[in-house]
Amino acid sequence: MTILSFLGILSSAIFSGTSLLYTALGEVIHERTGMVNLGLEGVLLVSAASGFAATVQTGNPYLGVLVAMIAGALVNLIFGFLVITRKANQLASGLALMFFSFGLSALIGNPYVGKSIHALPRFEFPGLSNLSTLYSSLFRFDLLIFLAIPAALLVWWLLYKTKWGLGARAVGENADITYASGRNPRLIQYQALFLGGMLAGLGAAHIAIAYAMNWTEYMTGGRGFIAVALVIFSRWHPLRAIVGALLFSASVAVQLVLQNSGINISPFLLECVPYIVTILVLIGWGGHRKQAAPASLGRVYQGSK
Amino acid sequence: MAPLAETTQKKKFIPPGIIQTLFHYLTMVVMSFLLFAFILLVIGKNPIQSYRGIFSSTLGSLYGLSELVVAMTPILLTGLAVAIPSRIMLINVGAEGQLYIGAAFATWGALNFSSLPAGLLIPLMMLLGILGGALWAFIPAYLKSIGLVNETITSLLMNSIAPKVIGFLVFGFWHSAMDTNKTARFVPAARLPTFFDTRVSLGVVFGLVLLIIFWLFMKTSRWGLEMKAIGGNPQASLRNGIPLKVYTIIVFCTGGAVAGLAGMVQASGYYGLMLTNFSIGWGFMGFLISWLVAGDPFGIILMSFIISLIFSGGNLLQITSGVPYSIINILLALTLFVVLAKPSIIRGKKS
Repeated sequence: MTILSFLGILSSAIFSGTSLLYTALGEVIHERTGMVNLGLEGVLLVSAASGFAATVQTGNPYLGVLVAMIAGALVNLIFGFLVITRKANQLASGLALMFFSFGLSALIGNPYVGKSIHALPRFEFPGLSNLSTLYSSLFRFDLLIFLAIPAALLVWWLLYKTKWGLGARAVGENADITYASGRNPRLIQYQALFLGGMLAGLGAAHIAIAYAMNWTEYMTGGRGFIAVALVIFSRWHPLRAIVGALLFSASVAVQLVLQNSGINISPFLLECVPYIVTILVLIGWGGHRKQAAPASLGRVYQGSK
Repeated sequence: MAPLAETTQKKKFIPPGIIQTLFHYLTMVVMSFLLFAFILLVIGKNPIQSYRGIFSSTLGSLYGLSELVVAMTPILLTGLAVAIPSRIMLINVGAEGQLYIGAAFATWGALNFSSLPAGLLIPLMMLLGILGGALWAFIPAYLKSIGLVNETITSLLMNSIAPKVIGFLVFGFWHSAMDTNKTARFVPAARLPTFFDTRVSLGVVFGLVLLIIFWLFMKTSRWGLEMKAIGGNPQASLRNGIPLKVYTIIVFCTGGAVAGLAGMVQASGYYGLMLTNFSIGWGFMGFLISWLVAGDPFGIILMSFIISLIFSGGNLLQITSGVPYSIINILLALTLFVVLAKPSIIRGKKS
């Protein structure tokens, strides 16, 4: 394999992995506070549709990113109302949210099918200007890519180094004790959903406004579910999610290179690899998993009277 | 004191009467329709006209009614596929994947034994579908039974694998000369018989019969009782000599088998061929339905009916009056939201 094709893989892994990373970071925050959000796929779709629509309307991609973030946060609050306030089952609520978002995103996005936009502008990676354009063109990234790893660091800092993060992780372990220590578990969960929705919105914005640069129905293609798998794969840790997101998307990029070099492996089989690896990782931990997963994941906080 | 405690205990466990249940669901449907009317108004459609369209196009004509039953068929089965494991507290989010694999196994049968008469080929395909779904469910079930990995996570992850396996098979081996993403039409002997001139296939009978069998099984058989015991308290039932591991595997795989049968029914009865991305979320919908009615067989029938009414009604409405198809998903989800949120009017008392 030549250096160029390796760099090509890396570049396209970064492009397709960015949205996965943002989404997975959002889900890390949800799951750390004890909520599994299967509706993430829907959150992505609604954010992508509204972000794209806003970009077409205003002509400003950054405004589109902002709208996508807000849309993601708002859609997540619906989920919050169901599972936090109404104490509904999380898996079922997530799936219902997914079906809802299939409809809502098409309603928002379909008038804009085929419209062209000013995509997020791309900048050269600093320090590569002396390379030939063949190489440096592979590393022209938009702002969201540059911000992806800082975002992961920020989430890590938020969860592990701040008072709020301590409270959030405590809710995921045992909401009753958190309540006893003077915090409001419901409020923390709502905040986590709002924040996670904004992060997923960033991921969706990257798909629609920077990467694909269009809107089609179901365009996120299961990325919400991949993000859920990624969170498990990275053991609920925001920094490990960076590696996970890159590995997931690299396996897709590798397939492109293999095709180019004449080796014929079905792309469908390669797309299975990340999921199989995740299952194997889960098996590998075996009993240790209990220490990694938030103890109250999926449990409904019944409140204290 | 003692008799009082007994009566309250009893009251709790008396299942609500059919009329009461119907009333509950109807209230929920009315609420979601009101919410949806609001959305219709926002996008500038007349809600009353739209609703008249939905009802008259489905319940008002034989064709509409038959389309409703067509939409009901797969979710009756996938709902059951989730309900069976839920009785012993196993969460099967994997019906979508099991459905795919069941359909793939059945398709293999249809393509390779196409010279068999229908009387042999159909049962063979059914068996293959059942086998495929059960095998796909076996992996999470086994991992759960040895206490290694939670079945929720594995069955969910395997949902993402199954469609790609089908893509691989159809794209690589099975596709017809004309298309790359679907097989050739099955021979007539591999098609499930349909009723009269409609698209309603024998599959709906499978669904209804299996749901009734499930109900009888849970009510009358010894194994049903043991399953109830496991669902109530797994540790206690283990100490009473109920083989927990065996139950985990068999019950979960039975769920998978039913989902696999649903896949066979859709491939053979609905499409008459196999194609990539062939499920439109039937497995996920089954999960929702089963969860909303707490795995109750008659609840599954009722909820499938309501959801299919919205779905097929909306489908026909879109053709006739230009309401965008996408908003059918919204109406569907609003109904689900209302049921999930359990508004206090429905529960009868405030919590």
